[in-house]
Amino acid sequence: MFKNINPSTVFPIINSIFKILFILFIFVLIIGLVEALYLSPKDYIQGHSVRIMYVHVPAAWISLGTFGSIGFLSLFNFIFKNKNFSLIAKSFAPSGLVLCIIALVTGSIWGKPTWGTWWAWDARITSMLLLCIFYILYILTWNVFEKNSNKEKISSIIAIIGMINLPIIKFSVEWWNTLHQNSTVKILSESSIHPSMLLPLLIMTFAFILFTLLIFLMKYKVEVIKFKKKGLERL
Amino acid sequence: MFGKKVNSRILFICLLLFSLILTTYIIFKALEENVVYFKSPSEVKNISELEIKKKIRIGGMVKNNSIKSYSDYISFTITDFKNEINVTYSGSIPNLFSEGKGVVAEGILRDNNYFIASKILAKHDENYMPPNDNNLNNNK
Repeated sequence: MFKNINPSTVFPIINSIFKILFILFIFVLIIGLVEALYLSPKDYIQGHSVRIMYVHVPAAWISLGTFGSIGFLSLFNFIFKNKNFSLIAKSFAPSGLVLCIIALVTGSIWGKPTWGTWWAWDARITSMLLLCIFYILYILTWNVFEKNSNKEKISSIIAIIGMINLPIIKFSVEWWNTLHQNSTVKILSESSIHPSMLLPLLIMTFAFILFTLLIFLMKYKVEVIKFKKKGLERL
Repeated sequence: MFGKKVNSRILFICLLLFSLILTTYIIFKALEENVVYFKSPSEVKNISELEIKKKIRIGGMVKNNSIKSYSDYISFTITDFKNEINVTYSGSIPNLFSEGKGVVAEGILRDNNYFIASKILAKHDENYMPPNDNNLNNNK
């Protein structure tokens, strides 16, 4: 089981697709930024501050998605003891943490002109902060513990526990009264966003996904080298 | 299907997740009062005398034609279309605060109909659209 995704077969593929992904990322990011900052209209109430959404929302989505991936990979790693799963999960963590912080900071910057406050202890924002703490805990367990301790197991358990937080973040705006508004883009029903604003949002999301993949591939490459040559711990 | 060790680990994870989800659910049930960021006017009506001195937040829509400006304060009515509550406030107002839009006010309840706010926050909805939907080209 899972023989096909072992590091030795994946390694040559990474090198060849990295360049293509990088060029695609630059291309998509430029289109996305022009579309988001210049071509898209301003909002009927919020005016130009709506443009923060084109960074805030993709960052939040992808940091959730990344933690979901880390959680499931950790679950598989815990059950099947396949080292490669934990390497992939570990490589996803840094970009996820950065995106989570971006979502919190841009949310704060967006909150001041629209709500009138930098920070509110409402359910959505607090659960997002909790996600940030889980990311930090997850990364710390890999770095703090001694070499031969079972940090793989501990980090897996942390990621699995942290997964419970994901549906809480997603549904917090529906379950409780929150200052944060409900979700705008819905999969099952019609989105309450004008198509001219949805387009830059989707392009920016695609750009952020490519960015996450790029950082992931760089980190994964390092992790595989570290794994193959155990002496290179400090790399 | 899998080996004995794998099966035992699957069982362990299932039990762990089940108990954790149950724990989280119970904690949130117990803390519901604190998780909720604001109360609606209908909930405020039921608050007893004893709790009245505490600082609370109430939220809802600003009733149409209810904002009145005086020299050093404003007054408006928060409604959830069933019950209403009158609010007075002095201080700076967020940009998005207007009639027919969402608002969250933080302050002290004087009685079940009258609220003195020390801070107001605008709550905006999830709809995004250009200013004039009809002639998009003019608003680029």
